[in-house]
Amino acid sequence: MQTKIAFLLVLLLSGCNYSPDKNTKSHPRNDLIKTEGEMVAELTAPPNVPAPVGNRPAKKLKVELEIVERESELSDGVKYIFWTFGGSVPGSFIRGRVGDEVEFTLENHPDNKLPHNIDLHAVTGQGGGAEASFVAPGHKKTFTFKLINPGLYVYHCATAPVGMHIANGMYGLILVEPEGGLPPVDREYYVMQGDFYTKGNYGDPGLQPFDMQKAIAEHADYVVFNGKVGALTGDKALTAKVGETVRLFVGNGGPNIVSSFHVIGEVFDKVYVEGGDLINENIQTTLIPAGGAAIVDFRVEVPSTLILVDHSIFRAFNKGALGMLKVSGDRNDKVFSGEVLSGIYRPEGNVIQEISPSEPKPVRAVALSKAEKIKLGQQIYDRSCFACHQPDGQGLPNAFPPLAKADYLNEDVDRAIAAVIRGLSGEITVNGKKYHSVMPAQVLTDEETASVLTYIYNSWGNNGTEVTPEMVSKIRNSK
Amino acid sequence: MRMLGALFVILFSVGFKGYAVAELVEIEGGSYLPSYGLKTGSQVDVESFYIDRTPVTNREFLEFVRDNQEWQRTNVKGIFAEKSYLQHWTSDLEILQGQEDFPVINVSWFAAKAYCKSKGLRLPKLNEWEMVAMASHDKKDAREDPEFTKFILSSYEKPKTYLKKVRLEEPNMYGVYDIHGMVWEWVEDFNSVIISGESRKEGDDGLFCAAGSVGASDLSNYAFFMRYAFRASLKANYTIKNLGFRCAK
Repeated sequence: MQTKIAFLLVLLLSGCNYSPDKNTKSHPRNDLIKTEGEMVAELTAPPNVPAPVGNRPAKKLKVELEIVERESELSDGVKYIFWTFGGSVPGSFIRGRVGDEVEFTLENHPDNKLPHNIDLHAVTGQGGGAEASFVAPGHKKTFTFKLINPGLYVYHCATAPVGMHIANGMYGLILVEPEGGLPPVDREYYVMQGDFYTKGNYGDPGLQPFDMQKAIAEHADYVVFNGKVGALTGDKALTAKVGETVRLFVGNGGPNIVSSFHVIGEVFDKVYVEGGDLINENIQTTLIPAGGAAIVDFRVEVPSTLILVDHSIFRAFNKGALGMLKVSGDRNDKVFSGEVLSGIYRPEGNVIQEISPSEPKPVRAVALSKAEKIKLGQQIYDRSCFACHQPDGQGLPNAFPPLAKADYLNEDVDRAIAAVIRGLSGEITVNGKKYHSVMPAQVLTDEETASVLTYIYNSWGNNGTEVTPEMVSKIRNSK
Repeated sequence: MRMLGALFVILFSVGFKGYAVAELVEIEGGSYLPSYGLKTGSQVDVESFYIDRTPVTNREFLEFVRDNQEWQRTNVKGIFAEKSYLQHWTSDLEILQGQEDFPVINVSWFAAKAYCKSKGLRLPKLNEWEMVAMASHDKKDAREDPEFTKFILSSYEKPKTYLKKVRLEEPNMYGVYDIHGMVWEWVEDFNSVIISGESRKEGDDGLFCAAGSVGASDLSNYAFFMRYAFRASLKANYTIKNLGFRCAK
């Protein structure tokens, strides 16, 4: 007692911003919470989360999770063999409350080739359950644990080689709500980042095997939300209405890369830092460690498409770490007016940026058919173009011109080719509206350029032009 | 003398069966540093032995259960094999047509052991099996060859590799077929290298994860991690879709 007082005195004297209330409060003995009754846990695939616990009492909670090794898409046209908890990457979302006694059954599907297990960071006990749950294909293991620390926790497979099991998608989130539950919000979503290492480079089509060397070197080919490039864009975007409160449960499975999680066009009203009790307010970007998580809450005030990114930004635009939250509803010009006035400002003249100065790759020997060009073109469009020109070529008013039924595009194919390979800046008029933007030169081969333009010309009511690599080559060489 | 023995074994299996599926090949003994090989750096010594050129096939195993009724699906005791024992067969003595020369799967360690015993053979020991598995088609120890490791790793990810005939791929330099890329294989002492399911626990057996990076002598060889993890997950009565065996002597 005496030492405690002396300690306190020292702190007071030293002028430290010390809050005796918070720091001397002993941690609650949640291990003593009694359970009443039992229930089967609702499990959900991302981006959905199970219903909140509300003020239900602590219960015996039965969780059954099946491990499935399966082939799926990592990006359009890129296949990968994922190892999953519950069939999805990230794995099923598990939601309980503090004091729950979980009876956890891990099932390893008979078609799987490998043994697996689960380490839940919410578990206090040997390996987070890894040893108790180690299970051969075609078998299942049951173990029990009590949830004694509230928060948002990562779970993952911890079977050797651990890095490979995680790199193949074996992670997910378990939420332990405090007594009485988290404050209610209008919408909750589940988003989890992960990095992937493939034999081919980003976008190389076909079945891509895992590349152990790249994983050890931490050279990720893909950094994605919810297991796939585009898992949260276009018609799979998250949605909300103006005036609603949104909560994102954001995890990072890694295996290697730490996330600078940011939502473009929004400020987080509240961040449950690292998924724990500490609440920080008015946050632009929150760091999410590999094997960690955060809860972010915000109210959406104006209609817009919010862009979820890892603000280590090349990952967002070149490796896939990009998602969308579409907010619909009425404008609020006080909060955001949109563009009020535009003019030309050119202190240094026109400068067009190039994405990379490297030479484009040579063309292949056999020419692609129109249908093949459209297929390849769509993949290129979905990687390189849609962020500005939007999934249906509708553009963004006052920022990026439309491609759909666009006179500027349909009038002059050579001009369109030049825009793609050399970039474009300055004022142009599209369908009667003026745009002042800068489009960077795209580093694409002649064939890729021809394919993406053919796709664009054959979509959304455009004139059906087929562009050939020769046409592109002609423009490229006519400087 | 040893040569004579080898000749005898080969003649025996070829001559008496009429087809050359159960052929054995002699593996010269020696020492090597196993991949689990440990802080001690201690080598393992392997005496010369014989091993089947291919995994045991459905056809061969059918012959065995025909002669040994206690190993038929309906007769086998639960402590010796799980319910999924030979469940890919259509009945006690019927194989799905076309799968005769696929490797037999869904067999327990007890069943595999009984099979080998009936032929006057035994299951290979872990150190024997691993020694054969180190070889590529042109190197005795190809563990340093990144392409070899990549090939093995990718085969561990490929589903349903048990659905093909044995002996279609190139053999390794011993003339042994399908030791990688087909099925996991039982070894006599599958549970001798003690690895807990918790792969990161510090301790004498700290093989994996952080502990593993100190303990394992061959960091790049992740393929062996997976084999050891797989073996560690087994019990002797387990029968698994991706798990077969071959015999040794």
